[in-house]
Amino acid sequence: MDKLKRILMYLFLGVAAFISIFPFIWMIVSATNKSSDVTKGTLLPGNYLIENTVNLFKTVDIVPALLNSAKISVSTTVLSLLIASLAGYGFEIYRSKVKDAVFSILLLSMMIPFAAIMVPLYQMFAGLSRTVPFLGLDTISGVVLPTVTTAFLIFFFRQNSKMFPKDLLEAGRIDGLTELGLFFRVYMPTMKTTYAAAGIITFMSSWNNYLWPLIVLQSPEKRTIPMLISNLGSSYSPDYGIIMMAIVISTLPTALVFFLMQRHFVAGMTGSVK
Amino acid sequence: MKSAKAGASMRAKANLTGWMFISLAVLLIATFYFYPMIQALLLSFKSGKGMNLSYVGVDNYVRLFSDKTFLTAVKNTFIYLIFQVPVMIILALFLSVLLNNSTLKFKGFFRTAIFLPAVTSLVAYSVIFKYLFAADGLVNQMLMKLHIIGTPIQWITDPFWAKVTVILAITWRWTGYNMIFYLSALQNIDNSIYEAARIDGASSARQFFGITVPLLKPIILFTSITSTIGTLQLFDEVVNITKGGPGNASMSISQYIYNLSFKYSSDFGYAATVSYSIVIMIIILAFIQFKAAGDKNG
Repeated sequence: MDKLKRILMYLFLGVAAFISIFPFIWMIVSATNKSSDVTKGTLLPGNYLIENTVNLFKTVDIVPALLNSAKISVSTTVLSLLIASLAGYGFEIYRSKVKDAVFSILLLSMMIPFAAIMVPLYQMFAGLSRTVPFLGLDTISGVVLPTVTTAFLIFFFRQNSKMFPKDLLEAGRIDGLTELGLFFRVYMPTMKTTYAAAGIITFMSSWNNYLWPLIVLQSPEKRTIPMLISNLGSSYSPDYGIIMMAIVISTLPTALVFFLMQRHFVAGMTGSVK
Repeated sequence: MKSAKAGASMRAKANLTGWMFISLAVLLIATFYFYPMIQALLLSFKSGKGMNLSYVGVDNYVRLFSDKTFLTAVKNTFIYLIFQVPVMIILALFLSVLLNNSTLKFKGFFRTAIFLPAVTSLVAYSVIFKYLFAADGLVNQMLMKLHIIGTPIQWITDPFWAKVTVILAITWRWTGYNMIFYLSALQNIDNSIYEAARIDGASSARQFFGITVPLLKPIILFTSITSTIGTLQLFDEVVNITKGGPGNASMSISQYIYNLSFKYSSDFGYAATVSYSIVIMIIILAFIQFKAAGDKNG
């Protein structure tokens, strides 16, 4: 009986793991095959890897899309971490009743669905386009600004600041550091792992964001990677080998981050419920 | 007396410094979350084309109830919600309990493999699913080779199967994600509770419903609320797998808002009304979920 249970357990986990991995294997295998073989359903690696890669870079504007996505994700991540950690630190270290109330109100914003605010946000940026064009539609700042501050990240930094040893601040004050100096010279270096975890989840969600860039960015040369993949996916005569190669390349940065820093990754994700 | 005064002014100064640390974040969240929320509410009472809007009172809200596309989108979204969220949560719970077993071998492999879908971009995996589930795609080919089906299933172009495909896709993407939350919570449960239960002769099923589920309840509640909010905003998958088709058979509410604003001749006022319907649904559903979780406690 117990043996049967164990076999069933491994069988179930095995099937779940197989279903989870299979689309990845198929994606990678397909990137090495020519389009007609992908349609035929081959599951064996082919020898079209180089040809698909060359054709991808020749026929599809993937380089500008990668650059756009990189610019957006990197600037979002850097700004997000700075803004959220300043706030999380401020809420925890300089606690007061009023600040706690403000914090609770900020948390409410997590319940606001993006779908509910995308129309007014679009109008806001359309308005900015007329007065300050570099902040409006079709600009990187237009993509970054509304997504750069999340209550989740502020919450995450505040939670983690609870474990920050506060005597370090007193020692720093005696050494003559200013309050802002304490944050940059004492807090930031001590909280490296928190920054790593927060950075990973922020970079991932920014790299993968689709709907808001789709609304803001209008000229084709400003397209991000998800927008490009979506376009390729809906083409009428798709070259599957090339498309799969594009998806592999677009997945590489996040997959690498995941495999190299799995621990930080999970910490960043579940940070809110611990 | 003097030192008390100095202490008070120090505190006031520290308080002010604290406000400087948080001011930027407060300003940005107010500008990009709360202000648009109020704007959307005002907008929902207006109608017109593009930027020429005029007040129409509650007309937009009345229009919702006779708008066939809206009603279809709501129906679809609720079908996704009712079937997908419970199946995914039960599956994720079950997997996390299996993976928490201390005698399990290859634990790291299973955990990483099942979590892997959660690192893919929604657009990328949607495109892959669209190809896998095409009429002549790999899924049909495999099912036919195994003689499970005789003729290919129209996963993308049949109104019923299109919804099934979307549900399968979302479940693939998010089960591992939710599992990780349960797993990290399970690791905090003291193993002696289970040992005591085993000595008392409680079966695995009893241990699951009697110990695991009650102890994980806050996290189950958290994940079911975030999953509900996520499903009510479903966009990337539907757009990239089925385009909302055939007809509007798999269209989600978010996709309808997008279409109203940016695809059809744009009516921002009515689009805002539709988006407020999502807000109302989230409030009602979150309330029900909190109630349900509370009652089981009682």
